[in-house]
Amino acid sequence: MTKSFRLPDLGEGIHEAEVIAVVVSVGDAVKEGDSIIEVETDKAAVEIPSPYTGRVTDLRVKPGDIVTVGHVLMTFSDTQDGETLPGERPVEIPAESGPEAGFQSPAGPEREPVPASPATRRLARELRVDLRRVQPSGPAGRVTSQDVRSFADQAEASVKMPGVAVNEAKPLPSVRVETPKLPDFSKWGPVETVPLRSVRRATSKQMGLAWSQIPHAVSQEMVDVTKLESFRRKHQAEIEARDGKLTLIVFVLKAAATALKMFPYFNSTLDTASGEIILKRYYHLGVAVDTDDGLVVPVIRDVDRKSIAEISVELKNLVQKARARKTLLEEMHGGTFTITNAGALGGSMFIPIINYPQVAILGMGAAALQPVVVDRENREPEIVPRLMMPVVLCIDHRVLDGSDAIRFLKTLSDALKDPEELLMTMI
Amino acid sequence: MVMGELIQETDVLVIGAGPGGYSAAFRAADLGLDVTLLDMQKRPGGECLFQGCIPSKTLLNLAELIHEARRTEFMGVTFDQPRIDLGKIRAWKEKVIDRLANGLFTLGEKRGVQLLKGQGVFEGSDRVRVYNSEISQIKFRRAVLATGSRPKSLPGIEFKQNGRIMNSAGALALTDIPESLLVIGGGYIGLELGTVYASLGSRITLVETQNRLLPEVDPDLVLPLKERLSKIFKAIHLSTRVLSLNEAGNRVETIFGGDVDTPDQTFDRVLVAIGRQPNSDGLGLNTTKVSMDANGFVVVDEQQRTSDERILAIGDVTGSPLLAHKASHQGKVAAEVIVGKPSAFDAQVIPAVVYTDPQIAWCGLTEEEARKQNRSIRVERYPWKLSGRATSMNAVDGLTKIIVDAETLRVLGFGITGRNAEGLISEGALAIEMGAQLEDLALTIHPHPTLSETLAETAEIFLGRAAHVLPGRRGDANGP
Repeated sequence: MTKSFRLPDLGEGIHEAEVIAVVVSVGDAVKEGDSIIEVETDKAAVEIPSPYTGRVTDLRVKPGDIVTVGHVLMTFSDTQDGETLPGERPVEIPAESGPEAGFQSPAGPEREPVPASPATRRLARELRVDLRRVQPSGPAGRVTSQDVRSFADQAEASVKMPGVAVNEAKPLPSVRVETPKLPDFSKWGPVETVPLRSVRRATSKQMGLAWSQIPHAVSQEMVDVTKLESFRRKHQAEIEARDGKLTLIVFVLKAAATALKMFPYFNSTLDTASGEIILKRYYHLGVAVDTDDGLVVPVIRDVDRKSIAEISVELKNLVQKARARKTLLEEMHGGTFTITNAGALGGSMFIPIINYPQVAILGMGAAALQPVVVDRENREPEIVPRLMMPVVLCIDHRVLDGSDAIRFLKTLSDALKDPEELLMTMI
Repeated sequence: MVMGELIQETDVLVIGAGPGGYSAAFRAADLGLDVTLLDMQKRPGGECLFQGCIPSKTLLNLAELIHEARRTEFMGVTFDQPRIDLGKIRAWKEKVIDRLANGLFTLGEKRGVQLLKGQGVFEGSDRVRVYNSEISQIKFRRAVLATGSRPKSLPGIEFKQNGRIMNSAGALALTDIPESLLVIGGGYIGLELGTVYASLGSRITLVETQNRLLPEVDPDLVLPLKERLSKIFKAIHLSTRVLSLNEAGNRVETIFGGDVDTPDQTFDRVLVAIGRQPNSDGLGLNTTKVSMDANGFVVVDEQQRTSDERILAIGDVTGSPLLAHKASHQGKVAAEVIVGKPSAFDAQVIPAVVYTDPQIAWCGLTEEEARKQNRSIRVERYPWKLSGRATSMNAVDGLTKIIVDAETLRVLGFGITGRNAEGLISEGALAIEMGAQLEDLALTIHPHPTLSETLAETAEIFLGRAAHVLPGRRGDANGP
């Protein structure tokens, strides 16, 4: 009887396309292989051939529509010569009758209907416009067909144009990509298959999620930690006496907590389902710990309310537990921001991936003595050896902008340059 | 499966070929679907055509002629007493039905709708067993339930074929003209058929349990009718119950309870017109997921969908008001919903007409409903004695009434009593559907002299610019 033609997989992970031209009209007879529709993906324009021989009975798209893979583009009757045979009728009955899915219980008190002519009401249903939201132009609140059309146009424009305020929170489209099937690698040489387990599996899942959902942007900075390092050395022993370990990351944790308070959007989560940003009023910072099994990220709670000494003790403890694989699940939950220190292993520059659903991550590289041009007032510029630490901040560009990242890093780096400054920021 | 069983598959099975059913079937066929229309009758039309609206209006047309002829004497035209040939009247009525049924049959056939005679019983959400037919089973992708309603009987009193206790169908069969007829029920069916029999010479006694006739209509609209009926009926007993009915020979012995002087009376015939009940039983709906309310009406949503995703329902079987024009509108919605169109039954008003003499028609909000809802309204009435056309027709016992929103002056309800109210009410329905204000009616030129002018004049009285009413004197506006 009737066949639906859906947008086929266009390959290369492309899941949606814009309709550029519809070559056929309802009633046209087409042959298998005839070009019937032209779409444009982000890569190229593609002509789609008809998979059937038959007659076009319904067109479901028009130029300008964005269609996703699987979307019904048109329907065909599958008669051989393009003629409708008696008794064979070319109409598709959708799985769900009507525009809204399923039986709507006619419960609830009746609301006063919006004054609008029957034709206007039908138009509103076709354009999926709620008459109650339309600003009426007619007398006594009467909504005209033109009102409905303008409302529909505006609604479309506000979705397409960035920066137009939308009054109501709406879910954002989530991005899902089907993973294409892998080739058989063994045809090119011997292979070995290792199961993905435990921390590796969790990391793989979490990073895949983060990378696919979060558009990352990166900002980096060299921080002069010369003074901080000498401060650290000076107090190292006393912290050790309290069974803690005073490392640079402890200062970074404190400085980050301060910056997070100043820039609350770094301490948030984007809720795509409701179209809202959730700002968290607590500062639980995760620290990435390298273990034999992989990366584990225990969380230090309320970093803003803890002293340098307290954090030194807690961090040492958490790292030991992590390496002994004794970290409790709840100790890894609830983080609002993450710090990862490649410097401990001697790494300098790298780009970390945000720990979803957080919106930013800070990477630390190894501090090293570097020649730095120092230009002080009333003096000739001079080259001096300074202990420089690279830091990198990755942000979720849906929530934050590069300018935010620069300001955040500036605050952080000012605090780390000078232990006194750090103290001042904590006041 | 039984050998030789004939199973048929169809896109859409419509059960019941009344105005709702055939509208659904025809629209579905026009939308390109394969449609089967199943009914106990060979030709479409249903209760409306064969035993309801059409035969009753055919007879009411004669009744109006007879009454009208009697009213012309004082205008200088005198007719002889009418001679009633009952056989010929019946033949005329059948001819009317036949002509319309044949028309519908042809319309169905030309659309390629399969018209199937038989009785359908569901055997699940995708198939119907068919009795009394060459087809034994129909498998469908969608079914539209359009089985309508049937007259209610009094508890313990069955309607017998050719019995003296009749329902509306029995009364329309016009077996004879009883000397005395008891009409039980003061709703529109009782009043209409009482009027028919009165015009043919029967003495009518009407009883109604409530304290008024046509309880859903505002009393001021009913008043002119009540006055007329009290002249052509022998007696009207309100707040009166029938305690017993006993068919004895050629008479029906009756005992009344309530506001009546003689509780024991006998009649040649009795018409029971106490309302209608849905045809939702005996259809095997228990094998589907269709749900019903306490009164047996099938529950549907605005898209006419039942709680069974494959089955839609329309018309009387889905509940009040039980009117053919509501059913046919819903039938089209159902067909469009099946093919995925964004249709909904969102009519704001469903006009109703009582074809008595005078007629009563109304649509939208009534004054009583507005009062119950505590809604702020204003009402304007136009008595037809002010109308040139009504006076020239000797039809001054009429009233036009408009109910508007007190603040926006948007029209919310219309009520018309009088000659040709059936034709006048649609302007009101259109005005409400269009969201018109009172001024829209006043500013639309109505031809003179017509009865339709009364609508514009009502609006003008309200706005203080009616020519035929002195400014500041608003007719008999806002009456009692």
